[in-house]
Order: sequence, then C-alpha cells, then structure tokens
Amino acid sequence: MSKTPVLILGARSDIARACARHFAARGHPIQLAARRSAALGPDRDDLELRHGVEVSLHEFDVLDLPAHAGFVDALPALPGTVICAVGLMGDQARSAADPVAAAQVMRSNFEGPASILSVLAERFEARGSGVIVGISSVAGLRGRASNYVYGASKAGFTAFLSGLRNRLAGRGVHVVTVLPGFVATRMTEGMDLPPKLTAQPEEVAAAIWRAAERRRDVIYVRPVWRAVMGIIGLVPERLFKRMSL
Amino acid sequence: MKLTGWGRRTPRATDLLMPRGPEALAAAVASDGGGAIARGNGRAYGDSAIGAQRTISTRHLDRMLAFDPARGQLVAEAGVLLCDIIDAFLPRGWFPAVTPGTKFVTLGGMLAADVHGKNHHRNGGMRHVVDWIDLAGPDGVIRRCGPDRNSELFEWTIGGMGLTGVIVRAAIRLRRVESGWIRQTTRAVPDLAGAMAAFEAAAHAPYSVAWIDCLARGQAAGRALVMLGEHAPAASLPPELRAAPLAVPARRQRKVPPFVPGRILNGRTLRLFNALYHASGRARQGTRLVDWDGFFYPLDAMLGWNRIYGRRGFVQFQCALPLTQAQGGLRALLDALAAAGSGSFLAVLKRLGPQSGPISFPLEGYTLALDFPASARTLALMERLDRITIEHGGRFYLAKDARMSSRTLHRSDPRFATLAALRVAEGLQPGLASAQSERLDL
Ligand SMILES: Cc1cc2nc3c(=O)[nH]c(=O)nc-3n(C[C@H](O)[C@H](O)[C@H](O)COP(=O)(O)OP(=O)(O)OC[C@H]3O[C@@H](n4cnc5c(N)ncnc54)[C@H](O)[C@@H]3O)c2cc1C
Ligand SMILES: NC(=O)c1ccc[n+]([C@@H]2O[C@H](COP(=O)([O-])OP(=O)(O)OC[C@H]3O[C@@H](n4cnc5c(N)ncnc54)[C@H](OP(=O)(O)O)[C@@H]3O)[C@@H](O)[C@H]2O)c1
Repeated sequence: MSKTPVLILGARSDIARACARHFAARGHPIQLAARRSAALGPDRDDLELRHGVEVSLHEFDVLDLPAHAGFVDALPALPGTVICAVGLMGDQARSAADPVAAAQVMRSNFEGPASILSVLAERFEARGSGVIVGISSVAGLRGRASNYVYGASKAGFTAFLSGLRNRLAGRGVHVVTVLPGFVATRMTEGMDLPPKLTAQPEEVAAAIWRAAERRRDVIYVRPVWRAVMGIIGLVPERLFKRMSL
Repeated sequence: MKLTGWGRRTPRATDLLMPRGPEALAAAVASDGGGAIARGNGRAYGDSAIGAQRTISTRHLDRMLAFDPARGQLVAEAGVLLCDIIDAFLPRGWFPAVTPGTKFVTLGGMLAADVHGKNHHRNGGMRHVVDWIDLAGPDGVIRRCGPDRNSELFEWTIGGMGLTGVIVRAAIRLRRVESGWIRQTTRAVPDLAGAMAAFEAAAHAPYSVAWIDCLARGQAAGRALVMLGEHAPAASLPPELRAAPLAVPARRQRKVPPFVPGRILNGRTLRLFNALYHASGRARQGTRLVDWDGFFYPLDAMLGWNRIYGRRGFVQFQCALPLTQAQGGLRALLDALAAAGSGSFLAVLKRLGPQSGPISFPLEGYTLALDFPASARTLALMERLDRITIEHGGRFYLAKDARMSSRTLHRSDPRFATLAALRVAEGLQPGLASAQSERLDL
C-alpha cells in the first residue's frame, strides 16, 4: 500500500525538519509548508535524495487566515497526516509591555494554527480519515511569569486540540497533542537547559511518528515531563504565585 | 560553552554558533572578533575543532543536494555525516571512496583533515575524491574552489584543519560496490618486521591495516595482526547472501555507561585485552566474510567508547615516517613504549601512499597511531616519541594532536610555516583560529 502524504506546517523549524526525515524514511511523500518556502529547495533535494519520496514546497503564513482554505485546495493531494510545528515564543518582557507584540505571539501559537487545522479537519472529516498532530507545549499547562503570553496561547491551542479530538472521535480522524518539554532547537538556543529534561528534535519526531501510528492522544516526548508537570500542577496557587519561575 | 575534542581532555571555553543555512554560516564566519573555526562532529582528538573565540558548528548544514550516478558524484552540505551517506547510498551500490576508522564524522571534517583510510596506499586520501568545495572566508564571501579555480585556497583547505575557511558544501565521488561485504584476510605475524613485510607483499590489496600488541613481552614483543580486505563481488557471496548482497544485518550498538568507575583501563586490563584480541585474531586467521560496518568501523559499535579512559580523558599520538626510515623509526618508537612500560590500548600501523595535497598528512611510508590515558607520565613519554619521530624524518597528524609544542611541529614539518604565511597573506588570520592553531603558532 502506498503511504499517504504528510503535510508539515512550519517546515523550517528543527522539529519539523526532523519530522520530515522521519516520515520520509518510512516512505511518505512530504509537503513542506512555510514562509519563504522557495528557500527550502535544499531540504526538498535532501529528502528526495535520501529517501526517494516525492516532496513539494508550499508558501504558507499561519497568520494569513483568509488564505488557509485556498492553501489546502492547492496542495497536490489532501494529506493523510498534518503536523503543525508553527510557533512563536516571542520575548516575554516585550509581550508584557506591547499589546501588538503579545497579539502576534497569541495569534501565531493559537489563532493561526487553530484556523488552518480547522480547515484540514473539515476535509479529513469529509473523507473519513486523517491524523492531525498539533505541537503545543507544557508551557500551556500553567502560566508562569517568565513566559505566560506564550504559555497562554499554547494553553488555548491545547484546549482547541482536545476539543477537536473530542469532536472527531468516531469519525475516522485522530488528533495528537504533543507537549514537548524542552527541545534543543533554534527557539531555545543559548538557553541553559538541563540535559536530562531536554529532547533532541529527532526524539520528538520519533515520538510523533509512534503517536500517530498508535493513535495516542497526548504525548510528552520525554516521560519525565509528565511527572514534572504533575508536580507543578499540585503546587497551590498561594505558593505558586510567590515562586520565581 | 566548554568544548573538548574526542579525547575529552581539558575543556575550553568558546562561543558555540549553530547556523541553520549557508548565509547564516558565512555571516558567522565573518562576524567581528575573529578567532572562528569550524566544528563538524568533534571526532578530532584534541583542540582542532575548538575556536579560539567562536566555534561554528556545521551540524545543521546536513543536506544531501544532488547525486550524479554517471560519475558517482555526491554534492552535499559539509555537516552531512558519513554514516548517513552510507545509509543512503550503500543500498544503491555506492560506498565512500575514502573513509576513516569511524563513520561518525562529517564531510567537512573529512576534507579539512584530508583523512586517509585503509586504502590510502592505493587510492590516496580525500584530496583524490573531491571535485570542488564551497568555502566561506572571514570576509563573509562563499567561493567555489577546485583544481581549476581558486586552486591555491582549494589545495591548502584539504588538510588545512579549518584554518583557511569553513567548507559549506562539497562534491565528492563515491565508488561502486557490488555488496556490503568485505572479504577479510587476517594474518598473525611475530614482529614488526613481519608486519612490514606483510604490507609490502600486499601492496595490491585494496585495504590493509595492522594492529600491534605493544604490551606483549619477551618472545611475543611486537606481534601483530595484519588485516587485508576487499569488497566482495556479489557473485562470490554464499547463496543466502547473494539474493540481497547490499543488505547487511544491522549491528547491535552498545553504549558505554555515563559514569565509568575510575580507571578501568590499567596496565593489567590493557595487557589482558591485547592478549585476548591477539588470540582471537590468531584463531580466525585466514579469509572470511565480514560486513562493512565491522570491517571499517569496529569501534563504532561501542557508542561513547571515549569515556572508558575516565574523567581525565586520553590522548593520541600519530606520526607518519617516510619509507626509508620507517623500520628504524617504528622500532625506536616501540622500544620507547616498552621501556616506559606504558602500553597503548590500540596501536595501529598502516602503509601510506604518496602525499597528495600541499598540507596533507600522509606521505609514502608508514603511520603509527597510539592511544594513551592522559597523565603526566604518558605526556612525558609522548615527548620522547615526538623526538624519535623527528629524528627519523617523520611528521604528525593534527587531527589527533592535543598537546604537541609549536617547536616540535615546526621542526618536523616546514610546510606549516608556509601555511601560516599564507594565512597572513590571504587575510585568513586572525579571522580563523582554533585553540590548536594558537598553540601551534599557525
Ligand atoms: C575512532 C576514530 C577513528 C579515526 N580514524 C581515522 C583514520 O583512520 N584516518 C584518519 O585520517 N582520521 C581518523 N580519525 C580522525 C577523524 O577522521 C578526523 O579527526 C576528522 O576530521 C573528524 O571529523 P569531524 O567531522 O568530527 O570533525 P571535527 O573533529 O569536528 O573537526 C576536525 C577538523 O576539521 C575542521 N572542520 C570540520 N568541519 C569543517 C568545515 N566544514 N570546514 C572547514 N573545516 C572543518 C575543524 O576545524 C577541525 O580542524 C579517527 C577518529 C576517531 C575518533
Ligand atoms: N524548542 C522547545 O523547547 C519547544 C518546547 C515546546 C514546544 N515547542 C514548539 O515546537 C514547535 C516547533 O518549534 P521549534 O522549537 O522547532 O522552534 P522554531 O524553529 O522557532 O520553529 C517555529 C516555527 O514556526 C514558524 N512560524 C512562526 N510564525 C509563522 C507564521 N506566521 N507562519 C508560518 N510559520 C511561522 C517559524 O517559521 P520561520 O522559519 O518562517 O520563522 C518556525 O519554523 C513550536 O510550535 C514550538 O512552540 C518547542
């Protein structure tokens, strides 16, 4: 049986690149979608050369909501799986002081991804099959002073994915929520991350592939994060608000 | 950020940059402050891939760009790993034309060290398989360099240890193979002279290497295993392998635990290991089929094996001796080892063919590589080995060096003064500098 195409949104991200390789190595045609997509030519060549699969490039801006339906129409084929790796951390101090900057973070992590995944959900539902993978974040599980604008938008995205999963259950469409802890990528470069809690992009890709195969609902990539977040969730707000996090 | 080489000795502070594409890489090389050097996969043993100020990792430039089956030419970004090239191309009947003893190296690192493999005596090193490179200089410009354009820069980059620029991408030629199997012939020889005679008799063998038990004493001193190899033609394989000659069962990888108790390598365990290795080699003398991974990359089966030396790390010594002086020089080196009573875990001897580029390490003769745990005693021994090498007209391999003095290098090898002068004339210095180039006044 020939493998279904995988659409990757935010294809330039390190996690997205690792996902593209992981799925291509298993024979899936790949659709790479990103801003300035023409510059992804070398990535296309690499995937085609290594894995002998078809790869196409698609211009995509998650903030351009009106274009989302047309973007999906223009794909060479409706993908079997979509992975949304789009995200924007922003600078918390700036997000706190500048409402426009904050809105950009919120729209990039929540509004935009929710919009494009809604369009795809409709098509998948009509077809009666498909897998939707949303990369959210543990930062959305509890707001912290150091990144609550990013965290809040990821919280919105996580809730959106959970609702979407609920809606599509029994309709052949599966939704995976990925809550990676720290991942060593461009987003976190230069941060002093604890190695035991930090996954490599290839690990995230492998975990996503497994979750899609096994129809898992919510994954944390490194299991230790489930425990970490469990503990963080237990701290009473009275104490939590005084901690420097 | 603190970095070490593969020997894990003396971490050094440096800024680590991880550019995502060629433009970002060129900008990183050019940015103010100087003292930049490329880092591939960090398999050089010492401080070659640690920037004097900034270290520019090529790990994200890891795309394969084009393959021309008519010529076997692969164009790839410099951070592509050799293991990935094998994964992608062996199933199609292609294998690296030159490979070092580990597949966990980058294309850029292989070119920068002009690595030699077990076929150097017949096929030469990387210089013989590279068609062109794109090189980012400290002026932020990326230049195509090859035998026909920017040829001086090209020649001094292959083997130049990153000191002429950062290779962004390169075109290399792969070789055709019919199978993933190697027909290996092992011979046990009683001593150094026997090993050298075996090499000279096997000049036609595509691959050759010897391992010397430099811990054996008395009668057994200098005993060695000489291993020859050739790619097995598909038709020569037993029927059960002939159906899928390029498919080789994956080897199980073991991982050295993160914390190794103290020094598990001491005189006694080393001697035991060497004796066992020799005994098993002797028992398997003759010809048999081995898979490519086991033949070329025996150490790769043990991920993180560089940790067995404990926290202080280890050092390598590798020299090359010209043919006329090889026997006397090797004899003197092994005698010095024996006199010091410090064995080397691995002592690898290899016949080399002629020098290819102006700054290539190999020369027509023999190369000997030794590993030692880092300690005051072994460092003193290595200085003695340095002197013996110089007395016999030999030279040193910078990809293995972590401790040589500038004086030793320049006395052994006048070509490095030419490299240093070229760096000044071409404005490559101080823009490009590694911890090693500072130590060695390059
Ligand atoms: C187990 C083992 C076995 C080995 N066997 C052999 C062998 O048989 N023969 C042999 O010749 N060597 C051998 N080596 C040495 C090894 O092949 C070289 O050190 C090689 O350069 C390592 O590649 P790397 O990608 O890890 O480079 P690094 O160690 O990261 O860098 C090595 C040098 O290359 C430069 N460099 C790296 N990338 C670039 C780039 N893109 N542009 C410009 N300069 C660059 C660095 O500045 C540095 O000077 C062995 C090493 C090990 C650990
Ligand atoms: N790294 C971590 O520790 C971590 C932890 C948890 C979750 N995550 C999530 O993992 C996902 C991947 O992130 P990453 O770590 O790989 O970092 P990254 O490289 O910064 O990836 C983010 C990607 O989002 C894209 N993007 C941003 N705005 C966009 C827009 N308007 N339209 C289209 N694409 C847009 C970026 O594209 P451009 O290349 O065009 O800028 C970039 O490729 C993100 O959702 C992130 O929030 C990361």
